Amino acid sequence: MNLLELNRIGHAFFGRTVLQGISLGVARQEIVALIGPSGSGKSTLAHIAAGLVDPREGRIIRRYLRHAMVFQDPRLMPWATAADNIGFPLRLARVPRGMRRRLVADAALRAGLLPEDLGKYPSELSGGMRQRAAIARALATDPDFIYFDEPFTALDVALKRRMQDLVIEAAASARFAALFITHDLLEAIRISHRILVLDAGGRGIAGERLIPGNPGSRDDQAVFALRQDYLAADPLFAHIHDIDERLRP
Amino acid sequence: MNLFAASLDRLARLGRFLWSAWAGLAGLALIGALWQAGHEAYGDFILTAPLDTLAAAARLLHEGRAQDLLALTTARALAGFGLCALIGTAAGVAAGYSPATLRLSRPVLTLLLGVPPIAWIVLAMIWFGPSDMTVAVTILISATPLVFVGAVEGVVTRDRGLDDMAQVFGAGPVRRFLFVSARQISAQLFPALILALGSAFKVAIMAELLANAGGVGGALERARAMLDIAEALAWVSLAVAALIAVEYMLIRPVRAELERWREAAAPWGVKR
Ligand SMILES: Nc1ncnc2c1ncn2[C@@H]1O[C@H](COP(=O)(O)OP(=O)(O)O)[C@@H](O)[C@H]1O
Ligand SMILES: [Mg+2]
Repeated sequence: MNLLELNRIGHAFFGRTVLQGISLGVARQEIVALIGPSGSGKSTLAHIAAGLVDPREGRIIRRYLRHAMVFQDPRLMPWATAADNIGFPLRLARVPRGMRRRLVADAALRAGLLPEDLGKYPSELSGGMRQRAAIARALATDPDFIYFDEPFTALDVALKRRMQDLVIEAAASARFAALFITHDLLEAIRISHRILVLDAGGRGIAGERLIPGNPGSRDDQAVFALRQDYLAADPLFAHIHDIDERLRP
Repeated sequence: MNLFAASLDRLARLGRFLWSAWAGLAGLALIGALWQAGHEAYGDFILTAPLDTLAAAARLLHEGRAQDLLALTTARALAGFGLCALIGTAAGVAAGYSPATLRLSRPVLTLLLGVPPIAWIVLAMIWFGPSDMTVAVTILISATPLVFVGAVEGVVTRDRGLDDMAQVFGAGPVRRFLFVSARQISAQLFPALILALGSAFKVAIMAELLANAGGVGGALERARAMLDIAEALAWVSLAVAALIAVEYMLIRPVRAELERWREAAAPWGVKR
């Protein structure tokens, strides 16, 4: 039984069709990567799945209990400390203050934030620390489904790797399922069980590939080799890097 | 422990605030010096010396009548300000969320801002006679557009990404507004409220003077009739002092509490 199911989702902004006939499913504790070039409608799809945007057509079935989302930009409230930002979903869920503090400390620890960072405002944190806070905020309510919308695109390569490891570890220990959107094939291979490729024009899912092994247990060599393999020989990935979104109608 | 740190932080901010008062005092001293120079150039009859004015103000306060008049004017200004803050904020927030209302309100706003306050005073005098109502209505009409524009700006320029974030984590429209939007709106609203408060005092005195409704305006009118420049200047100083007192007792503390994060965002050395 899938935790999330999208059936023939279609959407248009001001009459311009962005998505058409998208169907996909995410199973319990499964990390599904969705890749596609910039402007192909990935964010729109995630927003539709999470209920932020009402699709023009199609059906969404959510069987999870609670979801969270990590956006491309951290989206922290600048007037609240890191602790208050991380605790925001708990506050919305009306978790009592004392328990909230404990859960915040726990989530921050799992996201690799130091206790002394918790009292700082977002403007006092570095870019990586802010994204860690955003991840901690997503982990705080112990959701069983998390949407990631290109969360690490703005980070440098080394930091990106550390963040990916963090998500892999968190997924293994907290056992959430995730729809992980990215346009980085290497990231998709490292993090997920299964890769879906969105059609460059948003017209359906172009195809999917199961990644052998479990995230976290794959060694770097195999990951790089698979990526090379996909880019050189697999027609499904032939166009993921060379699409210019300005050419779209 | 936590409480201790919090009170220490508050104490530090109070200290910085008091320290900044020295800068304000220096500015006042500069004005005093220019005033004194003007007095020495033009004589007592045009511009009373600053110290004499202070003495006159002290005398007015000492005689007891001044307190009542200042209280009357301040109460009127605050009543008008409260009304305009309430109506302006509510209308501005509503208009900010509804583009159609905003489009409708733009020409109304231009019209309201285009009419000089003096015209409203004349109209209000005709409608309400020399009463509190005249003063309140004049303040309301002349200061509300300011607050309205501030609230609209706050709603329109808010970070919609934060709205989405709150919605993803389960906040409905009401809690999205209370937890996420209200804070952003207040950042735009406070400068407008401070302007509106100043404008409320000025308009209150003007309306009192023209409508012969007593208060500081009435006292100013009597000083004018008797050509008592020292007393006129004394009343002006007292009114300004009242405005500053209200602003620093009422609005600044609330704002400082809400905008602590801005201070944290300022780089070292920029903290004032
Ligand atoms: N709120 C919006 N209003 C109008 N057009 C939008 C909006 N959001 C996205 N789009 C358009 O939809 C298309 C897909 O956008 P998006 O889902 O952000 O793509 P991706 O995340 O894959 O880069 C783009 O062409 C973009 O311009
Ligand atoms: Mg996107």
